[in-house]
Formats: sequence, C-alpha cells, structure tokens
Amino acid sequence: MTLKKVLITCTAWLVALIFVLPYAQMFLGALRPSDELTDAGYLPSRFEWSNFINVWKDSALGDNLQVSLMVAGLSTLLVVVVALPAAYYTARRRYRGRGAFLLLVLATQMFQPTALLVGLYREFHTFGMLNEIWALVLVNAAFNLAFAVWILTAYFSSIPVELEEAAMIDGASRLGALRRVTLPLAMPGIVTAVIFAFITAWNEFVVALALITTPEKQPLTVGIDSFLGEYEVQWQYLFAGSLVAIVPVVILFAFIEKHVVSGLTAGSVK
Amino acid sequence: MRKTSGRRRSLGPLPWIGPAVLLIALIVLWPVVEMVRSSFLRIRRSGVVRGYNGTDNYERLFDEPDFGQVLWNTAVWVVSVVGITIVLSLALAQLFNQHFPGRRVTRWALIIPWAASVFMTAIVFRWMLHHGYGAINTLLVDLHILDEGRDWLGEPSTAFPWMIAVGVFVSLPFTTYTLLAGLQTIPGEVYEAARMDGASPWRTYLSITLPLLRPAVLVAVVINLINVFNSFPIIWAMTGGGPGYETDTTTTYMYKLKVADIGESAALSVVNFGLVIVLVVVYLRVSRWNREAD
Repeated sequence: MTLKKVLITCTAWLVALIFVLPYAQMFLGALRPSDELTDAGYLPSRFEWSNFINVWKDSALGDNLQVSLMVAGLSTLLVVVVALPAAYYTARRRYRGRGAFLLLVLATQMFQPTALLVGLYREFHTFGMLNEIWALVLVNAAFNLAFAVWILTAYFSSIPVELEEAAMIDGASRLGALRRVTLPLAMPGIVTAVIFAFITAWNEFVVALALITTPEKQPLTVGIDSFLGEYEVQWQYLFAGSLVAIVPVVILFAFIEKHVVSGLTAGSVK
Repeated sequence: MRKTSGRRRSLGPLPWIGPAVLLIALIVLWPVVEMVRSSFLRIRRSGVVRGYNGTDNYERLFDEPDFGQVLWNTAVWVVSVVGITIVLSLALAQLFNQHFPGRRVTRWALIIPWAASVFMTAIVFRWMLHHGYGAINTLLVDLHILDEGRDWLGEPSTAFPWMIAVGVFVSLPFTTYTLLAGLQTIPGEVYEAARMDGASPWRTYLSITLPLLRPAVLVAVVINLINVFNSFPIIWAMTGGGPGYETDTTTTYMYKLKVADIGESAALSVVNFGLVIVLVVVYLRVSRWNREAD
C-alpha cells in the first residue's frame, strides 16, 4: 500500500468512528446501572443488561412499540397499495394529466409535514381524529407516497413492455403477465420503496407529538420522551428504548442504501 | 368480460392514479388550504372558531418581541447547517469514492444517523453534553482543555453552535450519498485527459470535478434547505428553544405558538412557507446567474 492509500484508509475509518461514536455512547448509557447514571466515568463499573428488560415493565414503552409498528406497517401498506398502480400506469401510458400528476407528486416531495403541522392539526380536529393512530397512518402514507411513486415509476419504465407482451402471447393474462414478469423485475424498487416508507414513518416525530396526547397511543419516538423528567432523567431506559428503535432500521437501511438517493433526488433533477 | 374492460377504458387513468391523487389532496393539499384560512381566523384554545379577524394574526405575530431574534436564529441555523454540510460532504464524497480496505463497512457507519431517529440522536448529544456527567465534558477535562465541565446547552452562545453541529451530523449522510452519486456520473476519460495535460489533483478537482458535480450540489442544497428549515427534533431535544426563545427557529416557535394561539401559529406557518419558497428560488436564481457569467 502506498502512503496515500494508508492515509485515505485511516481518515475514512476515523470518519466512520465519529459517526458510530454517539450510538456507542447510547449503548453504554443503556447498560449503566441506575446508581451510576450521574457518574462522569466513560464506562460503567458493570453492565446492567436487565435495563433492556426492565424498560418494558415500568413504562408505556411496550404500547409505544406496538403503535410504532402499527403506524409504520399500515402506512407502508397504504403507500404500496396506492403507489403501485399509479406508478405502473404512469410508466406505461401517456395519459392526459400525466404531467400534472407528476408535478403534484414532485410538489409533495418538497413538502414537509412539519411545515403543514397547523393545517394538519386543524384538519384532524375537524374530523374528530386528534389523538387517533389512524391520523398518523394517513399522514405518513401521504408524505411518503411521492418517494414511492418516483422510484417505482423509474423501475417500471426501465422494464420493456415487450417482456409483458411476450408473456401474454404465451397465454398469460394481462394481470398474470404483470404478476409473473413485471413485478418480480421491479422488486428492487418495491423493496426500496417499502423499507424507506417504513423507516420514515418509524422515525416520524413532530406530527405524532402534536396530534397524539395519550401516552399509550404515542409511537416510540415520542414515547421515550417520558423518561426525560423535569428533574430526573432515566437515561438508561431512554437509551435502551432508543436502541430498540434504531438498530433494526439501520440494518434495514443498509439493504437499500444504494437505491435511496436516486429516489430522493430523481424528482428534483427532472 | 369485454364489456367491463370497455367501461374501464372510458374511466381512463382514474382507477390507477385516483387513490394517489385523493390521498395527496386530502392529507397534503387540504392542510395547506386550512392553514392559510386559519391564519385569518380567530380561534379559541378549545379550537372553536370565533370568525374572521383579517390580518390580526399577522400583526400580532410581527409585534411579538422575540420574533426578530427567532428570525435571525433561523437565518443562522439554515445558512450554517446547509453551508457546513455541503462543504464537509464534498470532502467526504471524495474520500468515500476512493478504493480502500473496508470501504463497505465504513459506508455503513456513515448511514447510521440517516436511518436513526433524529430526535433520539439529538438526545444522545444532549446527554454527552451534560454539564455534570456528559462524556464530552469528561473528555475535555481529561485533556486539560477545560478545568471543569461546562453547561454547553445552558447558554445560547454555546448551545446554538452545538445544535448546528448536530444538524450537520444528521444531514451529512444523505448529502454525501447524493454527491457520491454525482461523482459516479463523471466519466473516467475526463480525468484521463486532465492527467495527460499535466493538471495537478487540486486543479483537476476545481476545474473538472466541481463543475461537473454542479447538478448534484444543486439538488443537495435545495433538499437540505427545505429539510433544515423545517427541522424540529434537534432543537426540541437539545434546548427546547430555550432559554426563553433564544435558540428557537421559526419552526419550533411555530410549534410553541400552536399551543398558545393557533391563528397566530397558522400565520407564522404561512410566513415560513413563503420563506422556504423565497430561499429556494433565490438560491436557484443565484446559481443559474453564476452559470451564465461563466
């Protein structure tokens, strides 16, 4: 290895370390015994693994986890059900209003739920849906729709129509051709859309904070807030809960890492 | 069978894109309209509407004694986070574009703040910055940089830079990946030609890589402008906008107003909306204007 390469390798690993460090701190914090929470030492004297178990017992965190799973799962399902046909049709046909539809999707991608918070609050107040988990499902689905439509349209466009036509000549119905030829080929796009929608909904914070006031109905992101007391903070539980929320989605994200950028930036380039 | 498919054709794209349009109309467009309407309404805390009150909400908003400070904070927040993020990401993209042992693993480390909840990331920084037992204070004392732990988040003058640092930290992954994608589109022959002409690496970067990276930088800046302007969890987790309103941006201020006076909060949301659009348009104008000058 040349000196330059050694230098590059060291710098890259150092950068990687900096990115991991806060989460390593989180991990160490989650393992601290409760009587060592206010110690300044880097490492606790012993690792209290039972923190990861106890955190479920004394708090609403179990409910919060369930809410997070429900909101992320159902909103992702809704995204897929709504985005798949829209993206397929948009990729295959030149219909009237196609440009307008794509512009609408692009515009939503530029919107943030935070910016519309007051409007969302007023709307769900009108519908009597404040403090309802369904409100979160709808909001997450709507705001994650744009990414899914973009990336799926791109994937469907890249699959030649001829493949479907060949399958239909071989006796497959239109739906059969779609199911056996097109969908499998578009799978990387679908997986990316699903995982990204799930993670974004999983991490959503501000809308849940504003709309949901009952502790048991809050998702994890908002629920862990309960450990942040005014005078005492239960850091060990706060971080044990956070890690349960963070580790699975980081692993999921590693699978789609390569495809995400194209979906997020595609709209802005066109 | 024939008949139904015939009827379907007459419906056109509706069954396919209808649900998507409906969802967007209901959850994205409706709140926009509702927000603008609310900004001209007098709304009780209970949510009861007491009729139109013209531009009262806007007047009250602009008369808020803290509003100037909050606007200034927002400008500092957006410009520093986006600016520092872009500069660092340009360097990181260059670094992670090289071939070295463990490139895959180090890239995975880079995505953690992207995939993790921003609120939780911000909270761990708040813990590390704790004046009594935070690891950052312990480290600085051990290195004899400080005599005793500082209350970094207690004073606006030190809290704000730390919040900006966390803002940059969570924005780096996406931005670096966008620029990495941009680097992939630059054909290798261009570099070949530069090398034959005897251009230095730095000169090659300035006159070849950077100009060709322009579209990627443009996209990264616009998306970051929108994200950072609307960023809420970092400030909320680290200082809650305090002390007072001294570390609030218009986004967290809007949230606080929502509790006190929804009409005024709606007015600020509309102002925020305008600000983001102005910001993006101005940025795009300036960068295009630069290009014509080239």
